[in-house]
Amino acid sequence: MATTLTFALMDAPYENARSTTALRLIDLAVKRGVNVNVFAYEGAVYLPFAKQAQHPNAVHGRSVEEENHPLPRAWIAALMKEATAKGVKLEWVNCGLCVDERGAAEAIEGVRRGSPADFWNFAQNSDNTLVIGTK
Amino acid sequence: MAKYLLIESRDPFENNIVARQYDLAVNLVKEGNQVTLFLVQNGVLPVRPGNLSSLLTNAAKAGVEVLADDFSLRERGIAAAKLAPGIKAVPLSIVIDQLAEGRKAIWH
Repeated sequence: MATTLTFALMDAPYENARSTTALRLIDLAVKRGVNVNVFAYEGAVYLPFAKQAQHPNAVHGRSVEEENHPLPRAWIAALMKEATAKGVKLEWVNCGLCVDERGAAEAIEGVRRGSPADFWNFAQNSDNTLVIGTK
Repeated sequence: MAKYLLIESRDPFENNIVARQYDLAVNLVKEGNQVTLFLVQNGVLPVRPGNLSSLLTNAAKAGVEVLADDFSLRERGIAAAKLAPGIKAVPLSIVIDQLAEGRKAIWH
């Protein structure tokens, strides 16, 4: 039976290296054939926000294409695609209350709305859980 | 004997609690546990030989496995060959391996 790991994330995108490290960990887990659950809490519900958009950089005189600003939603979509290709499960649940508070309901395809009960179920049914808190 | 994975993402130069995490690792070893202290992000800054690197070297001497994320080192221009004694540069995948083996994991 394949290993399953659960990650709880709390950081909003573009604020801390923790988000990048978390996505690196998820990528490595998927590449190793590990099933991954993600419970996004608080600001982390904005990681897969569908309306993230690239922008030009007027200060440096770069167009949208030249700037090629990274979008976490695109990274998460790529991780989901990678998981499908690898035949492993990547389940991403956004905390519903956190979503409502922030108006972040428009998530990319594959993200499910849930509650802390989902985190409990994830942890109960995983081989291990890593909570990456903000403080 | 339990196995622990302590992940340290913070810089001890700006956060006094970090040294306590090193102490926690040492104390867990003293109580007969197997402990990996994995440094990532700004947590790798004290691996350069200096006044705080001795804390990590001493932890390694006490039996803590002290590892530093090679990507975080490269991001900060720290050469993997010039780490303080007792610290080893490794890929982040070690964290996945140790989580998969069921280690008790704490992120700080």
